[in-house]
Amino acid sequence: MLSRENLVNLVLAATLLAVPLAANALGQPFYVTLATRIAILALAATGLNLALGLGGLVSFGHAAFFGIGGYAAGILATHGFSGDPLIFGLPGTNQMWVIWIVAVVVAGLVGLAIGAISLRTSGVYFIMITLAFAQMVYYFAVSWPAYGGEDGLSILVRNQFPGVMTMRPLSFFLICYVILLIGIGLFALIRASRFGSALQAARQNEVRVATVGIEPYRIRLTGFVISAMMTGLAGALFADLNRFVSPSMLSWHMSGELIVLIILGGTGRLFGPLAGAALYVAFEYALGGLTERWQFFLGLILLVVVLFARGGLLGLLAGKARHG
Amino acid sequence: MTVALALEQLLNGLQLGVMLFLMAAGLTLIFGVMGLINLAHGSLYMVGAFACAATAAWTGSFWIGLVASLIAAAAAGAIVELVVIRRLYDRDHLDQVLATFALILMFSEGMRWLFGSFPLYLDIPPLLQGAVPLPGGTEYPVYRLAIIAAGALVAFGLYLLISGTRLGMRIRAGESDREMIGALGVDIRTLYTVVFALGAALAGFAGAMVGAIQSVQVGMGEPVLILAFVVIVIGGIGSIKGALLGALLVGVTDTMGRFLLPKLMALFVPPAQAGMIGGAAASMLIYIVMAVILAVKPRGLFPAAHA
Repeated sequence: MLSRENLVNLVLAATLLAVPLAANALGQPFYVTLATRIAILALAATGLNLALGLGGLVSFGHAAFFGIGGYAAGILATHGFSGDPLIFGLPGTNQMWVIWIVAVVVAGLVGLAIGAISLRTSGVYFIMITLAFAQMVYYFAVSWPAYGGEDGLSILVRNQFPGVMTMRPLSFFLICYVILLIGIGLFALIRASRFGSALQAARQNEVRVATVGIEPYRIRLTGFVISAMMTGLAGALFADLNRFVSPSMLSWHMSGELIVLIILGGTGRLFGPLAGAALYVAFEYALGGLTERWQFFLGLILLVVVLFARGGLLGLLAGKARHG
Repeated sequence: MTVALALEQLLNGLQLGVMLFLMAAGLTLIFGVMGLINLAHGSLYMVGAFACAATAAWTGSFWIGLVASLIAAAAAGAIVELVVIRRLYDRDHLDQVLATFALILMFSEGMRWLFGSFPLYLDIPPLLQGAVPLPGGTEYPVYRLAIIAAGALVAFGLYLLISGTRLGMRIRAGESDREMIGALGVDIRTLYTVVFALGAALAGFAGAMVGAIQSVQVGMGEPVLILAFVVIVIGGIGSIKGALLGALLVGVTDTMGRFLLPKLMALFVPPAQAGMIGGAAASMLIYIVMAVILAVKPRGLFPAAHA
C-alpha cells in the first residue's frame, strides 16, 4: 500500500520521464531541454538537501561545488579537444564518466577543506562562512584568465558517453534522469542508514549525540562532503547541458537558488528538490513568458511560501512530513 | 614602488574599510538586537545610492541627495521591517535567509523597473572636488578623504548614541536580554523598527557616498554585502567594536593585497604571470584571512556575549 507521499513521488518521477518522451515524439526538443534542466537542478538540490535537510547545515555556498563540477567538465573537455596535457602530463578527456569522477572527487576535496573550517562554527556564522568561501572560489574563477575568466568557457562538442548519442536531447536527458534517480536513491539509503540517523540526530540534539559517544563534527563533515560531491556531479552535467560554464554557476545567486528549490518543494522530503526544481523551472518559463520582470514575482512567491506556506509543494500535495 | 603610491593605496584601503563599517554596523546591530540575518541589507545600500543620484539629478544638489538617501533608506527599512521582517524574528535562520533573499530579488527587479537597466551617475559636489598633495609627490582626491572623515564621524556618533543616550541604552539592553526589556515595559516592537531603520539609514548613507565614485546600478550592493559579512564574521557577530576593526582590517588587507601581491609575485615569476597569479591570489586574500582567524577563534575577534 502506497502512502500518499510515495504516490505523489511516483507521479512526479513518472511525469518528469513522460513529458520529455512526449515532447520528443511531437518534435519539441525545447521541452526536453527544460526537463533536463529540472533533472540536473533537482540532483544539485538533492545533494544540498543531504547537508541542509538531514544535517540541518544551512550551506549558503553550494554554488561553489556546482561550479567546480562545471569547471571540471569544461576544463577537461577543453584539454581533450586541444590535446594539450592538463597537469603532470595527463591529457584532458571527452568521456563523461571520467569527467564525472573528476568532478565528484574535486568537489569532495574542496568540500572537505571548506567543511573542515566552516563546521567549527554553527548557526548564522556557518551560513556566512560558507557564503564567503563560495565567493572566494567565484572571485578566483573571475580573476584567473586561463579558462576564460569572467567570460566563461565554452564546450564545443558535448562530451561522450559510450553507446549513447549525447548530442540528442532525449539521450542526454535520459542520462541525467537515471543519475537523478540514483542520487535520490542514495539520499534515501543514507537517510535510512546508521550514519543518516546520526546526522539527523546531530541536527536535532547535538549534546545527546555527543553523549552517546558520536562526534557530531565528523558526522557532519562526512555529510557535508557527500553533499558537495553530489552537487558537483550535477554541476558537471549542467555544464554539458549548456555546453558552457561561467563564474555565474559559482555565484551566490546560484547558492540561493539551490536552497530555494528545496524550500519550494518542501524541506526534509525525499522528492522535495525535484518538486521544487520542477516548480522553479516552470515559474521561470511561465513568468518569463508573461513579463520581463519575472524575478520580482519569483521573489514575491518565494516570500509568500516562506512566510505562509512552509511545507512547500509536497506539503500541499502530500500532507505533513513525518519528520520535523 | 614608491612610498607615495603605497600611502595612496593605504588611504584607499581606509576608505573601503570605513564604508564597510557603515554596512557592517547595521548588519551587526540588527543581528545583535533582533537575532536576524538580513541579506537585503545590500538592497538598502542600493536604495540609498539611487535615491541620492535621482534627487541630485533633479535638484542639482548632492547634499539634498544625501539627505534623501538617508530618508529613503530609513523609510524602506522601516516599511520592510513592518511588513516582512517582523514575522521572521521567531523563525530559524534558514527562513530569514530565504525571505531576505526573496526581498533582494524584489528590490533589484523593482529598481530596474523604476530606473531602467542603465547605471546612473552621481557627480562629486563642487566643495569636495579636487585633490590634495600627499607627501612624496602624488595627489589624493579630496572626496575620498571626505568619505574617510564622514565614516569616522558616523562611527563616533554611533558610539555616542549607543553609549550615551536612552535609545542606546535600550539597544544594549536588547542585545543582552530581549525578553527582559520587553517585560520591563519597553515597547520592543517599536525599538526593533527603529534599530532596523537606523541600520538601513547607515547602509543608504554608505551607498550614496560610494555612488559618487562608482556608477549607481542594480546589484551594486551585493559585493559590498558579502564583504560586510566577512567583516562581521571576523569581528564577531553582534559587536560594533568588532565591526569597526574587522572593516578596517578587511578594507586595508584587500586593497594592499591587490597592490602588493602582483609585485611580490614579480620577484619569483615572469611579469605577465605575476599579474595573473598575484591578482587571483589577492582576490582570495581576505577570505584566507577570515579562514585563519576562524580557525583560531571560531566566534570572531570580539565575540558578543550572548550570540
